[in-house]
Amino acid sequence: MCAKQVKKVPKQVETTGHQWDGIEELNNPMPRWWVWTFYATIVWGIGYTVAYPAWPLISGATPGVIGASTRADVAAEIERFDVANAAIKQQLVAADLNAIKDKPELASFATNAGAAVFKTNCTTCHGSGAQGFEGKGYPSLIDDDWLWGGTMEDIHLTITHGIRNTTDPDARYSQMPAFGVDELLDATQIGQVSDYVLKISGQEHDAAAATAGATIYAENCAACHMEDGSGDRVQGAPMLSDAIWLYGGSREKIIASVSTARFGVMPDWNERLSEDEIRAVAFYVHSLGGGE
Amino acid sequence: MWDYLKLAGLGVVAVCAAIAANYAHDLAYMVNAITVMLAAAIAFLWVLRTAGDVRVVNQNEYFDSVIRAGAIATAFWGIVGFLVGVVIASQLAFPQLNFEFLQGYGNFGRLRPLHTSAVIFAFGGNALIMSAFYIVQRTSAARLFGGSLGWFVFWGWQLVIVLAASGYVLGATQGKEYAEPVWYVDILITAVWVSFLVAFMGTLFKRKEPHIYVANWFLLSMILTVAMLHLVNNAAIPVSIFGSAQVQVYSGVQDAMVQWWYGHNAVGFFLTAGFLGMMYYFVPKQAERPVYSYKLSIIHFWALIFLYIWAGPHHLHYTALPDWASTLGMVFSVILWMPSWGGMINGLMTLSGAWDKLRTDPIIRMMVVSIGFYGMSTFEGPMMSIKAVNSLSHYTDWTIGHVHSGALGWNGMITFGVLYYLVPRLWNREGLYSLKLVSWHFWLATIGIVLYASSMWVTGIMEGLMWREVDANGFLVNAFADTVAAKFPMYVVRTLGGGLFLVGAVIMCWNLWMTVRAQPSKATQHAFVPAE
Repeated sequence: MCAKQVKKVPKQVETTGHQWDGIEELNNPMPRWWVWTFYATIVWGIGYTVAYPAWPLISGATPGVIGASTRADVAAEIERFDVANAAIKQQLVAADLNAIKDKPELASFATNAGAAVFKTNCTTCHGSGAQGFEGKGYPSLIDDDWLWGGTMEDIHLTITHGIRNTTDPDARYSQMPAFGVDELLDATQIGQVSDYVLKISGQEHDAAAATAGATIYAENCAACHMEDGSGDRVQGAPMLSDAIWLYGGSREKIIASVSTARFGVMPDWNERLSEDEIRAVAFYVHSLGGGE
Repeated sequence: MWDYLKLAGLGVVAVCAAIAANYAHDLAYMVNAITVMLAAAIAFLWVLRTAGDVRVVNQNEYFDSVIRAGAIATAFWGIVGFLVGVVIASQLAFPQLNFEFLQGYGNFGRLRPLHTSAVIFAFGGNALIMSAFYIVQRTSAARLFGGSLGWFVFWGWQLVIVLAASGYVLGATQGKEYAEPVWYVDILITAVWVSFLVAFMGTLFKRKEPHIYVANWFLLSMILTVAMLHLVNNAAIPVSIFGSAQVQVYSGVQDAMVQWWYGHNAVGFFLTAGFLGMMYYFVPKQAERPVYSYKLSIIHFWALIFLYIWAGPHHLHYTALPDWASTLGMVFSVILWMPSWGGMINGLMTLSGAWDKLRTDPIIRMMVVSIGFYGMSTFEGPMMSIKAVNSLSHYTDWTIGHVHSGALGWNGMITFGVLYYLVPRLWNREGLYSLKLVSWHFWLATIGIVLYASSMWVTGIMEGLMWREVDANGFLVNAFADTVAAKFPMYVVRTLGGGLFLVGAVIMCWNLWMTVRAQPSKATQHAFVPAE
């Protein structure tokens, strides 16, 4: 007995009978998996709009039966961390600035919090490694050369009120005269004083010009940058006798700085950061290597 | 008579543009006004040379000269758009390339809208106009409606492109993504687009076929919806008629919502529905097979155009947009998955019985890969619209990867296929100059897209994970600059991918050029409207 042989004949589907420029259309049914997946997404969609806020009504929208709200979610998450960190933040605000390092738990919190604050707010200018951008006027925070002082108190004050901004009356402030632009010195004199600055910073210079420049320096620059070029942190006058430069230390760059003067600005962060955040970031910056 | 009216009109336009240039408040406006003046003057001389001549137009012949021009424009703007894309990809990988002398003209911020508009509206737009004119004439068995209206659409669109592009570089922009052109360019777009609608609809009205072919449904839905989107999203009041600045009518979250309703449907109707129209004609023609399922084409067409228009809010998850709008945007996007795939199924299954052609015909291969990328990105899109996924992917390079797998893979590849199909036919040549070069183009483009998309997935997901990483106390672990630094290698890979895609397109242009120049003509025959 043989099983009846079934020969599979490929089913020939009819066309719709239409024709356009030689194109015909077959009358195949829609693939079943396609139709059922489509239905499934619709059913899911109805269910989802019942569960979540979805349909707009005259005032407001359907709130959804599970009470979901993205705004409430994010508020709850912020609240959770706020509550968890409340006690230690309070400790941080209450602590003596110089005593933070002696309390391991507080120091570790301040380092993490400070790093986060730094990454979000400070890296744009000071770089993600706090290395600054030499020649562009953004100081490095990891060396021991400080413009306005490197103690915890100094750093804390600088961050709180900022430098030369117009938004905080307590901002650190000083202004160098633009010796060239305001015609306080002529081009020769600026060249000579620049050679003198090259000399005191231990760079190659024109000895004759530097000698002439010494007098000009004494009369015009020493009041702020000091006789020996060691600078003055009280008025944010940079040290000129080291090899660290905010706007570059070549002869051209020094001439440019003397001629036009520089006026670096930093925002007052007390507008945006809370006291515990300022203390944390001050501690973090202080701990990067240059803190005094 | 008509010629003299045209002359008067062009003269008035030229004079007005000259006055506008004289009173211009900003450089971009002045350059644009001078461009309009020159365009009107050239058109004036062109019309003047032949004014009053009696021209005999054979109404039984398809209007193909404008489509030939469209093919050239598509290829040209394609190269421009891809080139600017490679330039800005390089600028992202190597920021030093934003040279000092380029500041304010050729830096990334100025070139980015130039790239997006060049590829979407110049390359994609010309491809759509060219294909729409070709398809509607063939499938209606009628010459394009409106006499030389087709030429107005073509040249008007090129003028829009030039005005928009020069405006971007000189700083004229509305600051709305994919709707950057300023108010007077928007008015010109409206005029050109309405003419496009008239030419298209007019041809459908005088068709000799009893039914309207499915490709035309898609194209018509594209033309109508884009008109609506354009008018609503560009509602703005100019600050002065002599300046390029304007004030938006909407503000705040409403403006954002209108913008992304527009932005998403520019993708949905311009780059999806319009290009599906191209697919529905050129794939069956090239494969010489009937369309797989008429029923599927009806259902997925209506489902697609009904659902797409609601999906915009998924661009604004976790923003000031209310939760309810966000939910609806997500739900409609997910339901859109199958309607989008309907087009993929119909395209791929049309090849059933002709799969062997994949081995021999690189043009079919291009079209199939294009449909494949279409399917992939229309799955990826609904997935990315899910809020939980979006919270990771939003604002990252994943979005850029998604857009490019759609734009390079789907829109780019289908357009290349269409150009390879059209050029020998439009110039009446015996086939393409070289199928081998088509194969080269195919592989360069495919590898380019794969490099582009996969590098952007990697960097996008990495970036999203880095952004959301917090420590035990809830503090962010990574600085934004850390994520930028981490992306560098992937940015180089992306640039390389884009470069390969560009090289492929240059090969295509050479191949098409040689097809027209060096291939023997077929026995002379005009493209006739078939007899009843």
